[in-house]
Amino acid sequence: MKIPLSRIAHARSGDKGDMSNIGVIAFDPRHYPVLAREVTAERVKKFFGEMVKGQVDRYELPNLGALNFLMHEALGGGGTLSLRIDAQGKTLGAALLRLEIEASESELGS
Amino acid sequence: MIRIANGQGFWGDWLEAPVRLVEQGPIDYLALDYLAEITMSILQKQKEGDPNLGYARDFPPLIARIERRLRERDIKVIANAGGVNPIACAREVRRLAPSVKVAVVLGDDVFGRLDGFLAAGHVMKNMDTGEPLSAIRGRILSANAYIGAFPLAEALAAGADVVIAGRCTDTALSLAPMIHRFGWKPEEWDKLAAGTIAGHIVECGAQCTGGNCQMDWQRIPDMANIGYPIIEAEPDGRFSITKHQGTGGRVSVDVVKEQLLYELGDPKNYITPDCVADFTTIQLKDGGPDRVHVSGIRGGPRPEMLKLSIAYSYGWKAIGMLVYSSPQALAKSKAADRIVRERLDQLGLKFEEIYTEFFGVNACHGPVAVPNPDPPEVQLRIGVRGQDRKAVDRFTRELIPLVLSGPPTGTGFGDGRPPVREVVAYWPALIPRELIQTSVEVVE
Repeated sequence: MKIPLSRIAHARSGDKGDMSNIGVIAFDPRHYPVLAREVTAERVKKFFGEMVKGQVDRYELPNLGALNFLMHEALGGGGTLSLRIDAQGKTLGAALLRLEIEASESELGS
Repeated sequence: MIRIANGQGFWGDWLEAPVRLVEQGPIDYLALDYLAEITMSILQKQKEGDPNLGYARDFPPLIARIERRLRERDIKVIANAGGVNPIACAREVRRLAPSVKVAVVLGDDVFGRLDGFLAAGHVMKNMDTGEPLSAIRGRILSANAYIGAFPLAEALAAGADVVIAGRCTDTALSLAPMIHRFGWKPEEWDKLAAGTIAGHIVECGAQCTGGNCQMDWQRIPDMANIGYPIIEAEPDGRFSITKHQGTGGRVSVDVVKEQLLYELGDPKNYITPDCVADFTTIQLKDGGPDRVHVSGIRGGPRPEMLKLSIAYSYGWKAIGMLVYSSPQALAKSKAADRIVRERLDQLGLKFEEIYTEFFGVNACHGPVAVPNPDPPEVQLRIGVRGQDRKAVDRFTRELIPLVLSGPPTGTGFGDGRPPVREVVAYWPALIPRELIQTSVEVVE
């Protein structure tokens, strides 16, 4: 079934120059395999569309039940150059939690 | 075990936090982080105006305010408050708080050495764009090497009550006391990585004690009195994160995970001047109320190159705002945006970028914002950036006229024309570490 990412994960985001990083963390570490399967770099890139002009890199931290995304050219120049209100990408983690993912009842059972 | 607290996540953080940390429970060291990447350029300009400035001016009055407690409880302070003028900062601390012994760490400031570096063949290319530094040589405002924790530990070993550094890494502020007290050596990569990760967790202050926390945020208790973080560090590299009893906020495995991922790049290669830390080796364990145990951390050898933080004058920008109310608040805002752009066009003004956001509709989340087709009001926010200051200045005069000459209900212009701001950009580069020699000076 389709569920929003927010049902199984929380997130925090920030900046590194013109890159935004989003950490996505499974509430329950047992759901990490679902995160790892569903939240791919390609899907994150597609989700943000024109907001992210560069590539998206994904890093895995199974020890924390978490994924780290680095989104290049995502902050309108970043730092002091950016004309955006959210020049540091602090709200982008919250946005990504609306991503729809696929998970079965048995995977989500606790 | 030693307790290292962080009482300032950036210059502008809560002024009461460091005071409460020394008042409300036991700590041995108080780390204070004042410098962001562009802070150095602001401080450099202040120093050019007055040779006695160029440091974090909040810092000396803070030390005066907590001077008695520092002495009574034998708490040492480590701060990067020195900016581009650590000596002047130290003198001001001594003037306001005469009983504290102050040591400064020097050697990070390479502003006056850049031409020598360039002449010696160091290109210092921009790590993001690959451009050589020579392309912007005439516009550089400040240049500092990120230094690590060992010079700060040396200052603690000199008996300082207050250690003032310039551009050290944020994590070095917390790692330095561990090196000093536990006698950690430069090749003990796992321990240095553990201390570095401890520093990463606390470097943003209350972001690891429940601040800016997405997980369960509505039930995080008493955020008005949030406790700032404390590392309880062990000589073998294990540590716990906690906060003073009775303070607000929350320290839990989930909260600490969020902060571990904050501003993280490649988790296996968290590079500092002291070591390369591997975040995929971190093991977290619930240690009871407001306490998380951290162990298992592995690290690798320190890099041969140090990172330079160079700031340069890039150009100008201005951001102006107008508010439109319902009905059709968004349509009116969009019409106003078109009119402004057409008028700028007619004036023949050229900008590197013109960027429009509709507050209340899509400012934060852009194209992925939750649709809100008929908001009660919308704030139109137009920004421009360019090299031509006159063009940017002209733009700032093009918004308010729309109140009379554009769509109906335009308001929210009470602050007048928006200011033109200089854009100071950041140039990350690398330099061989042997070129950066640090020294410690005790300021009597």
